[in-house]
Amino acid sequence: MDSLIQNMQGIPLNHYLIFCSIIFAIGVTGVLIRRNVIIIMMSIELMLNSVNLLLAAFSAYRGDASGQVFVFFIMALAAAEVAVGLAIIIMVYRNTKSVDIESLSKLRW
Amino acid sequence: MTIFYFVAFLSIFFALMTIFTKNPVHSVLYLVITFATFTVHYILLNAQFLAAVNFIVYMGAIMVLFLFVLMLLNLNKESEPMKSNLVKIMGVIAGMCLIVTFLGAFRLLESNNAMVQGHENIGLVKNLGKVLFSDFLLPFEISSILLLTAMVGAVLLAKKETRVKQHG
Repeated sequence: MDSLIQNMQGIPLNHYLIFCSIIFAIGVTGVLIRRNVIIIMMSIELMLNSVNLLLAAFSAYRGDASGQVFVFFIMALAAAEVAVGLAIIIMVYRNTKSVDIESLSKLRW
Repeated sequence: MTIFYFVAFLSIFFALMTIFTKNPVHSVLYLVITFATFTVHYILLNAQFLAAVNFIVYMGAIMVLFLFVLMLLNLNKESEPMKSNLVKIMGVIAGMCLIVTFLGAFRLLESNNAMVQGHENIGLVKNLGKVLFSDFLLPFEISSILLLTAMVGAVLLAKKETRVKQHG
């Protein structure tokens, strides 16, 4: 593990910022270009994970454990969100026989 | 040092494959690989507890849940609804604009070339447990209530309403 720590000292914080922003933007793009509700939820998971990694990087940078506790809470929140979201998707599928996000457009009224 | 860039490249590649693959099942599997690379990132940051939790909760529980729902609904490439190419191109351009905005914002920051140092003891279960059960005790308990509520809600939502059918 010591060699890994030595490895990490060469990486600027900026590179973590850029990397996590790219993953976040990929998640946003996934929400925009897909119509399958399940894939859209997966893209949201991707965004959550990029923010998690950035929080962990800041935590390691500052030497403060609070960031990692935050990541832990976000993971609990994501688990709850996925459980409820997938239940809603199953219910929508039972009523409309499709997972197309367009089938939910009547929620506008 | 080069491990980070290699794993970051792998993460971006598999994340792109996740959103551009047509078959939803392949998409889920690519997302699992993406989360595996994130676990490697956590290990590189010396956050062992987060690495273990990410491995178990995300790759183990959440992605299996996605996979089960996909197979339960019997989705495949043929039933996959796709947007038109124009909307896709617009979405990709919007994502690129977001990246450009982020990069521009980072350039305006102070040139922050400080190195990330993995502290030895921060990510260990012992230290995190101490912080979690002293400073963050109330949020911890509240999150347990949140998980209970989510469980009850998910069961209620996904349950078939048989009573309504009998009366109707």
